[in-house]
Amino acid sequence: MLQEGISKGAVAIPAEPMRRQKRIDRRFLIKFTNALIGWMVPLVIVMVWQAAGALGWLNPILLPTPLAIWNELVHLTSTGELIQHLGISSWRALLGFLLGGSLGLAAGIWVGFSYKAERLVDPSLQMLRTLPHLAIAPLFILWFGFGETSKILLIAKGSFFPLYVNTFLGIRSVDNRLFDVARVLQFSRWDLILRLIVPASLPNIFLGIRLSIGVAWLGLVVAELMGSSSGIGYIINDARSFSWTTVVFVGIIVFALVGKLSDSLVKWLEGRLLRWQDSYKGGDKS
Amino acid sequence: MYGMVSGMSADTLIIEQVNKIFQAPTGNVMALKGIDLRVRKGEFITLIGPSGCGKSTLLKIVAGLDTSYEGNVLLNDKPVSGPSIEKGFIFQEPRLFPWLTVEKNIAGNLSLKQAAVRKKVDEFIELVRLQGFEKAYPRELSGGMAQRVAIARALLRNPDVLLLDEPFGALDAFTRSHMQEVLLDIWQNNRTTMLFVTHDLDEAVFLGERVVIMNPRPGHIRSILPIDLPFPRKRTGSSFQELRTKVLREFEKVEEPEFDTGAGI
Ligand SMILES: Nc1ncnc2c1ncn2[C@@H]1O[C@H](COP(=O)(O)OP(=O)(O)OP(=O)(O)O)[C@@H](O)[C@H]1O
Ligand SMILES: [Mg+2]
Repeated sequence: MLQEGISKGAVAIPAEPMRRQKRIDRRFLIKFTNALIGWMVPLVIVMVWQAAGALGWLNPILLPTPLAIWNELVHLTSTGELIQHLGISSWRALLGFLLGGSLGLAAGIWVGFSYKAERLVDPSLQMLRTLPHLAIAPLFILWFGFGETSKILLIAKGSFFPLYVNTFLGIRSVDNRLFDVARVLQFSRWDLILRLIVPASLPNIFLGIRLSIGVAWLGLVVAELMGSSSGIGYIINDARSFSWTTVVFVGIIVFALVGKLSDSLVKWLEGRLLRWQDSYKGGDKS
Repeated sequence: MYGMVSGMSADTLIIEQVNKIFQAPTGNVMALKGIDLRVRKGEFITLIGPSGCGKSTLLKIVAGLDTSYEGNVLLNDKPVSGPSIEKGFIFQEPRLFPWLTVEKNIAGNLSLKQAAVRKKVDEFIELVRLQGFEKAYPRELSGGMAQRVAIARALLRNPDVLLLDEPFGALDAFTRSHMQEVLLDIWQNNRTTMLFVTHDLDEAVFLGERVVIMNPRPGHIRSILPIDLPFPRKRTGSSFQELRTKVLREFEKVEEPEFDTGAGI
């Protein structure tokens, strides 16, 4: 039938637009297949999991079936509870990320530009970088209490370092030969920053942003698990104490989805802004 | 060029006893030794010599990109202390900004929103025959096309002195000969002083008013030959061929240890 439609179309419409139409179809198909490939592994796992649960092989308290988790998700969404907590969590993550990320970017630019600044502050920052969230959290709580401040600061602390390290690295890896071009063209200091250094280190900065967002979510979970009366982390912790495993799973899934979503957003932005990049995309990319 | 007054220096560029040593962990390399060259305002000099004889090194010193050398380099009676707009440079490789389109690479730090800049950029894109590629990124260009973008970028700024490091090396024969014509046009219209490095004997004789022949180990000027042919030149003419042979013979001659360069002129 499809065959027929195409051959009929070929009679009525000139060949050129027809071919373009087919090409778009093909491109769409490729995109669709690529998306499908990404979903294949999780899909198989979920199917095996559901089957095992239905056969009674799994303890529903420890490992409820995907269907039960889905039902819980639908329920929590319909009551509006999930959305409300998600909103609070996202707000915290966003604030913490903006605070830590922008400071990290600024510090990375400063240290990247100046050898003296590098000598002065980089060693201390590197020392702080390795401090784990869980070790810092009690101190933050002691200083700022259980309120929003300690949570946002914890998230900010995590978000700071990936952006700092990668911005610094990006600036330091700008091609020296392009610097010579900038000198010959007599770029002002401002031109040098805006027209050479920032664009050249943009790929690294984007990597930093993506890592920072990941760490922001991580810090959020730690902060909300440590003590909180709202947010997805709170839901998880609360459900754990009542052994509502399905709710714990819903919380985890929401974290995973939102994390993935924010990452995709940055990746999309990256794709638009770094169109000029010419790099290896994998040997079997069709 | 013709009204030279004796006693007054008409030389715009003076290179005096320049030595350059590269310090490397594997040992020091003497890249340039005793370079002396005086270039008149508006003169077209071609520099030719085997790979590694220090042509690029010399050009970078004149451009002010490299300041660690012995000797003096004066431009308009002032020592060269750094790069500047009046010294245009075309690098051996295109060195385009990969995140900028062709037109923005040519404009550089000038804004395309200004009508005058826009007009000039379009003019030079046409001159280097890249119409239709204004919005292309460097990764979409061939090596020769990228080099033409770099040439347009330098020409647009209309420098007093243009330093060209094998600018046409990556071009095919037809584009190369077109670009040579373009360069000669610009030279004659703007009286730009040209210092043009090439590997190509024909190119050196076709373009240069004087051909500077360099030899390696250590890099030095072996001789300077004037090419007394009027422009536009014909490659097929017998006097062109004669001069070409003369330059070639200069290369093939076994060098005598204390040969006084420039004595043959
Ligand atoms: N940055 C550097 N460090 C050490 N040695 C260098 C450096 N740059 C150039 N040299 C040396 O200086 C010499 C001259 O190099 P240069 O690039 O000026 O040659 P060239 O005449 O331009 O050659 P080509 O025609 O191949 O471009 C070479 O022997 C090279 O090894
Ligand atoms: Mg060279």
